[in-house]
Amino acid sequence: MEGKKITISIDGKLYQTQEGLTIMQAADQMGFHIPRLCYHPKLSIEGACRVCIVEVEGMRSYVASCAYPVSDGMKIHTNTQEIRRARRDIVELILDNHPQDCHTCERDSNCELQRLASSMGIRKRHFEGERKQYDKDLSSTSVVRDPNKCILCGRCVRICSEVQKISNLGFAHRGFQTVVMPAYNMPFKDSVCTACGQCINVCPTAAFVEKVYTQDLFQKLNDPKIVKVAQIAPSVRAAIGEAFGLEAGRAMEKELTAALRRLGFDYVFDTQFSADLTIMEEASEFLERLQGKGKLPMVTSCSSAWMKCVEQFHPDMLENISTCKSPMSMMGALIRTYFADKIKKEPKDILSVAIMCCTAKKYEAARPELMVNGLPAVDMVVTTREIAWMIKSAGIDLLHIKGEDFDEPLGLSSGAGVIFGATGGVMEAAIRTAYELYTGETLLDIELESLRGFQGIKEGAITIDGKEIRVAVAHGLGNAVTLLDMARKEPEKYHFIEIMGCPGGCIGGGGQPYAGLNSIPLDEECLKKRAHALYDLDRGKTIRRSHENPDVQRLYKEFLGRPLSAKSHQLLHTHYKAKEPRGIIPQELKVR
Amino acid sequence: MITTEDRKAVLKEFMQKVKEQKHPESQLIAILHKAQELYGYLEQPVMDEIALTMNIPTAHIWGVATFYHYFNLKPKGRHTISVCLGTACYVKGAGQVLEAIKKELKLEIGQTTQDGMFTLAETRCLGTCGLAPVMMIDEKIYGNLTPKKTVEILNSFKK
Repeated sequence: MEGKKITISIDGKLYQTQEGLTIMQAADQMGFHIPRLCYHPKLSIEGACRVCIVEVEGMRSYVASCAYPVSDGMKIHTNTQEIRRARRDIVELILDNHPQDCHTCERDSNCELQRLASSMGIRKRHFEGERKQYDKDLSSTSVVRDPNKCILCGRCVRICSEVQKISNLGFAHRGFQTVVMPAYNMPFKDSVCTACGQCINVCPTAAFVEKVYTQDLFQKLNDPKIVKVAQIAPSVRAAIGEAFGLEAGRAMEKELTAALRRLGFDYVFDTQFSADLTIMEEASEFLERLQGKGKLPMVTSCSSAWMKCVEQFHPDMLENISTCKSPMSMMGALIRTYFADKIKKEPKDILSVAIMCCTAKKYEAARPELMVNGLPAVDMVVTTREIAWMIKSAGIDLLHIKGEDFDEPLGLSSGAGVIFGATGGVMEAAIRTAYELYTGETLLDIELESLRGFQGIKEGAITIDGKEIRVAVAHGLGNAVTLLDMARKEPEKYHFIEIMGCPGGCIGGGGQPYAGLNSIPLDEECLKKRAHALYDLDRGKTIRRSHENPDVQRLYKEFLGRPLSAKSHQLLHTHYKAKEPRGIIPQELKVR
Repeated sequence: MITTEDRKAVLKEFMQKVKEQKHPESQLIAILHKAQELYGYLEQPVMDEIALTMNIPTAHIWGVATFYHYFNLKPKGRHTISVCLGTACYVKGAGQVLEAIKKELKLEIGQTTQDGMFTLAETRCLGTCGLAPVMMIDEKIYGNLTPKKTVEILNSFKK
């Protein structure tokens, strides 16, 4: 709804705007960028940092422009000497209680606080006071919490409760002692954290970062006795260019493959291959369930954060979850068996590394139930950010390297495997194959527009052999709650549901490059460009349906037999169990 | 004697009543008070129970419980000693009184003795500066203290 037209003055000039906007929103429209820190457009207003203060004539004190609404005739000053000084003092006070270790910090050169301090012109520390001292929480396989770096902006608390509806984080204690932590200050590994990593994405500093495995990996890549194998998730190629200064949206799979070989990997495989395989298994499982063998709606299981969320928050839905492992774990299982046989190596002499857009995959890789003959299917998961750093650190010029192809026999993928990275992609890929498996006819119109885009919940329907199949897609764990509630209320409403833990799907994963100078975390425009990179790759492929992938067909012929065979079940399927502590999703409570 | 089961039932009933009211989620502080009244402090299983019954995430309950000083997160002793460290008491030797207590009971401020007898707290001005230095044990004020007299008072509780 458009608000009433009003006139305000900013820095002495008159502007038309509308009622209902905050000063910051109105100023943004006029081309002012008031400095800000705790504010994020996708989250509720916190007004905690006070960096965005402006002067409003007639007001006794400066107001936080992120929270204060405009009104007719309001005279606003954003850049007077006094405001500049006050704002600089605020940032200096934040810095005073912050470690002075920028050059050894994970976020060095990519830190919002650092950039803010620079834009304030802070070149000297005026305040020296008591500084907080806390231990880092290194307990989680995925997320590291460092309260010393925390500036209490609360973005992590808000994304965890508002967008993801996990509410693992809260402000505990008060005043100088305030710390963001899980309930009871419990270690992350024992908390309800799903390891999605969105707190890392929105954190302006390094109070949340992923557990880094880069040094360990560098060391292992230098071990001549082992065979080093990598797999790359779809979304990594769609985003890694951003870490090298490129605009979002350029796919770099060939360059990345070449770079990984230079880093020392002997084989580079494509997680998209195992995405095709996932579709073969999942579409077959769906058709079985549709014929009465198993519960409907069937819900996808590719997203590791989502799986942990189900176990702790939605154990009543466990029977609805597809038994398929994720593409990463399927690939890992094949590397330890099918591939090890092919190269005549002991499975234990293979280093299986997954390059993922995701922090939760680190957790998944450590799950005991996904082990293959006593070995983890994946030894190590590194995120897009980590691999980008390794490539730079090794002096490899990703932007000018000559592209190379993936290795056989686990490197070829269809367009269906590519689009797994964007929300709706798994469903689209599954429909392309399920339709043909069931009817024997080829689905011609394979781009399912209703399942694309960033609406929180998307619905679609397709007629398979005279029967209407109703599907739904949710991305972000908060949207998943809404969709599941709909499915609980009306169990017949949907047949098949896709859920991805992160906003936008894997392309918005917790391990993706940090927002750059001209963007903000979770920027939808950026997610769109990453998604388009994947849709373009799909369109550029001659093979766009998983079941047409000749290497997948060969895998079934030589090794697995057929989808859902005993061997497939042993290697590619698993079961999940309810876990403690139980997660709680508040109904209406506005939780900070 | 009131058993754990009784306490559980009383708290449960209290929460059920709250749930029937409008905006039950805004009654969290009242529920925590009730729990503390019943258990003496807020322990994790009790907060977990409140979380499940009221459908409030534990991180939020933990935030409220740690924000307000009057919620105890650790069990308190049978008697709480509050030593006044206000200006008047301090210049009259409250520091030595505090040291004597710490030494005698082998504990620091905020801690409870192993036998569960005493919890030591500090406070600012009890409004009885004429008696400085003073301490309060439970609801009773003890004035004109010396380290020796303080230890005698503590010993009188042990009998």
